[in-house]
Amino acid sequence: MTTQVDTELDIAGRVLELVRDVAGPGAEAEVFVERRELALTRFANSYIHQNVADVITHVRLRLHADGRTAVGSSTQLGDGLRSLVERTVAATRLSPPDPSWPGLTPPSPAVTGGNVDEATVAATPADRAVRVRRFVEAAEGLTTAGYFRTNHVSAAFANSAGHSLTGATTEAAMDGIARTGTSDGVARLASPRLADIDGGVLGMRAAAKALASQNPVELPPGQYEVVLESDAVVDLLRNFAMWGFNGKAFLENRSFARLGEQQFDPAVTFVEDVTTPRAIGLPFDVEGTPKGRFELVAGGVTRSVAHDRRTAAQAGTESTGDAHPGSRAFGPVPLGMTMLPAAPGAPSGEVAGPAADLSVTALVAGVRRGLLVTDFWYTRVLDPRPLVITGLTRNGVWLIEDGEITTPVQNFRFTQAYPQALAPGAVLDVGTHTVTQPGDWGSESFVAPAVRLASWNFTGGASG
Amino acid sequence: MTHFDAATVAVEAALAAGARYADARVMHRRYESMNARNGEIEELSQNEDAGIGVRALVGSSWGFFAVPDLSDAAARHAGTRATEIAKASTSVPGPAVDLVSVVASVDSWASPCEIDPLGVALSDKGDLLANATAESHKHGADVAEGIYQIWDTRKWFVSSEGHRIDQHVRECGAGIAATVVGEDETQRRSYPSYRGQYGTRGWELVDSIDLGAHAARIADEAKALLTAPLCPQGETNLILGGEQLALQIHESVGHAIELDRILGWEAAFAGTSWLDLAKLGNLRYGSELMNITIDPTIPGALGSFGYDDEGTPAAPRHAVRDGLWVGVLAGRDSAAVAGLDYAGSVRADGWARLPMVRMTNVGLQPGPHTLEEIIAATDDGVYMDVNRSWSIDDKRLNFQFGCEVGYEVKNGRLGRMLRNPTYTGIGPRFWGSMDMLSSEIVAWGTPNCGKGQPGQVGHTGHPAAPARFTNVRVGVRG
Repeated sequence: MTTQVDTELDIAGRVLELVRDVAGPGAEAEVFVERRELALTRFANSYIHQNVADVITHVRLRLHADGRTAVGSSTQLGDGLRSLVERTVAATRLSPPDPSWPGLTPPSPAVTGGNVDEATVAATPADRAVRVRRFVEAAEGLTTAGYFRTNHVSAAFANSAGHSLTGATTEAAMDGIARTGTSDGVARLASPRLADIDGGVLGMRAAAKALASQNPVELPPGQYEVVLESDAVVDLLRNFAMWGFNGKAFLENRSFARLGEQQFDPAVTFVEDVTTPRAIGLPFDVEGTPKGRFELVAGGVTRSVAHDRRTAAQAGTESTGDAHPGSRAFGPVPLGMTMLPAAPGAPSGEVAGPAADLSVTALVAGVRRGLLVTDFWYTRVLDPRPLVITGLTRNGVWLIEDGEITTPVQNFRFTQAYPQALAPGAVLDVGTHTVTQPGDWGSESFVAPAVRLASWNFTGGASG
Repeated sequence: MTHFDAATVAVEAALAAGARYADARVMHRRYESMNARNGEIEELSQNEDAGIGVRALVGSSWGFFAVPDLSDAAARHAGTRATEIAKASTSVPGPAVDLVSVVASVDSWASPCEIDPLGVALSDKGDLLANATAESHKHGADVAEGIYQIWDTRKWFVSSEGHRIDQHVRECGAGIAATVVGEDETQRRSYPSYRGQYGTRGWELVDSIDLGAHAARIADEAKALLTAPLCPQGETNLILGGEQLALQIHESVGHAIELDRILGWEAAFAGTSWLDLAKLGNLRYGSELMNITIDPTIPGALGSFGYDDEGTPAAPRHAVRDGLWVGVLAGRDSAAVAGLDYAGSVRADGWARLPMVRMTNVGLQPGPHTLEEIIAATDDGVYMDVNRSWSIDDKRLNFQFGCEVGYEVKNGRLGRMLRNPTYTGIGPRFWGSMDMLSSEIVAWGTPNCGKGQPGQVGHTGHPAAPARFTNVRVGVRG
């Protein structure tokens, strides 16, 4: 255990000094240092079966010297920093020329420092276990499974152009299901604040969904009007982010996005915004570009895509702060997308039965015949350009008849072009309440309301 | 202090804090990857990490803690924290946990490696990718991509039962892909598979697949796909190439036989399994041609090791024999819960992650035919190969796959190329329809298997060969 606690900015500064020492003053260097304290308490069959925590500081160095670029990273501080610099310098010398090097981020002020909740930072294993116990106890005796997670990330960026930033973020998140012999129900929520996550409320909601979806019937596949709850809508956002609003895919014409065109219904607005009190995520990216708020889609018109410095230079625009460690090859991705609700700030609340909240109930009331879908699962891209996706429903589907939820339905497989589902005229209504959904991988944070769509293409039933 | 010393200190600290069992893994991993695009190297990345992960069992409850620091104090702290976390787990306790017994081995193991992949000159590795992608681009690929990845992992495992095992695993692989952009779609062809071929071997693996020799062909085929007719819709005979069948095995057999899923331990995320333990030994999974083994001893396959991350020695066993389900992928605790007497399939994605049930090498035993014979014996059907998309439900029953390329099969011959080939089905029904299987086995490597919370990426192997399936629904589209 280290006896002297260095700040992330101290570490970044030391790496820059080492670069000057090893590579000389002409090398362009950027250093991103991230300390992540992650704890996750996992439960299944209504008991805690996995309970993990780790504290890791990760140092990433990108170096550009003599027209060549290489990246190295390490978790080894102390002598490990010199080793990181020496091997990255050596790799740079052996790398081929990099004619599209976009240069370092110039000094630029932060828009925000990030949302940090001290209670989340200080959360103990006992705090996590208490929330799990409340979820389990609230599930009315049903079998439960899921996790409660706390995450505290503090980071620093510094480059040889004299730019430096620090920031931090916290996340408390719960994702759990309740199960009967024939059904599952889910409840999820993420927030920067520990106090926002109530295991009892989530456990009750998951149980209500599971109890309401017992003994589901099989309906024939086909086109159905749907109400998608926030959990399902986030899957749309995630796929739009990865394949549609990816700046590299856009530049290579592999994306559906066409700037300035009315590609979505006027009810659709997508933003990336780390400035709100609910935002989870660091306030700058691995290139040191400060994050703020920008519109991807406004009133259905595609306004922009995500950029890092390299794709921005190619497109003749500014970086949106969406560089990530893999963005050179995969492309920059807006991992903090929000779909704006129809009426921000409108009250919502828990309801009895399968709907997640009052705003979902309001959407259901407008459907003559259709399906209420809680969640999507295992969605994969058939073709990234039209963004045709296949996947399945999960954690509760119901038939809606004359504005009422009437019958639990078995899961469907679907094959659907996602942009088409939100095309002009296809979005019949948007919910008034958004939910921040916990991410499964890395530092994604998507926020979405429920939506009512004119049609969804279900291509198979539970029996094939 | 040696790495074994650090692991021992951590285990002793966990026991001193109240654990009744503890183990610790010190790991040092180096990773290198390079990406090329249209003849230019896009990125060279070299990562190095090292740390210790400690697992402690208190009563029936587990705790795990990890730090990237191998000092005596850090190791001791990690052991103590793991036990403290386990004690918190006892507030929502489960049934009693036992561990099936294994010999407390003291041993060393290393994967076979003729050419150290990290020792190959970066310029040579860069030239390989740059030349192959330049050739593909020249032949019409709008986006020609190449990648290689190398992992060099050393681990030192110590348990409170007396295990003391060190292993050195070197893995690498490479691949190329050509994407063409049409009016409203993209088409892609890859070689040798989607994301490339990987194994626990040295750079000789990459040399053997000869990327450059296939660069022009994949670009030509991707272009041809833009104007090829769509895969017809309906039920037909489906012949799958070995690469696609490897992923079919991974998704619809490998994950289904994971004992943690069967027991409900993954219910909220990865899902459960359609398999019921009460039927182990007499449930029909597929036709009598279906023989699937769990075999981490296959030299050079991506899921091979000497010992798993609980110290259980690698050993082969059947998962499906003559079409009957007979075995699972298990860990020491899950096996005990299920009343089984074997484990050996637990691994972790690095020192900072909890070891959990993972596939090793899960694959088919060879059949009696060749691909040529299978095609010759088929009057009407579709041949598909190389994965493009994959999706399966949370019980591992209802699947839909897309492949990069298809061909008509008419009167025993391959016919026209088909674009956007897809097929869908239900696991046991699909495997039950397998009526011809080739002997041309290749141990395909899958380096991107996601599971667990926090997420872990696993490396798995899948011996597979071309096979024929009857009455399969093909041509599903949006």
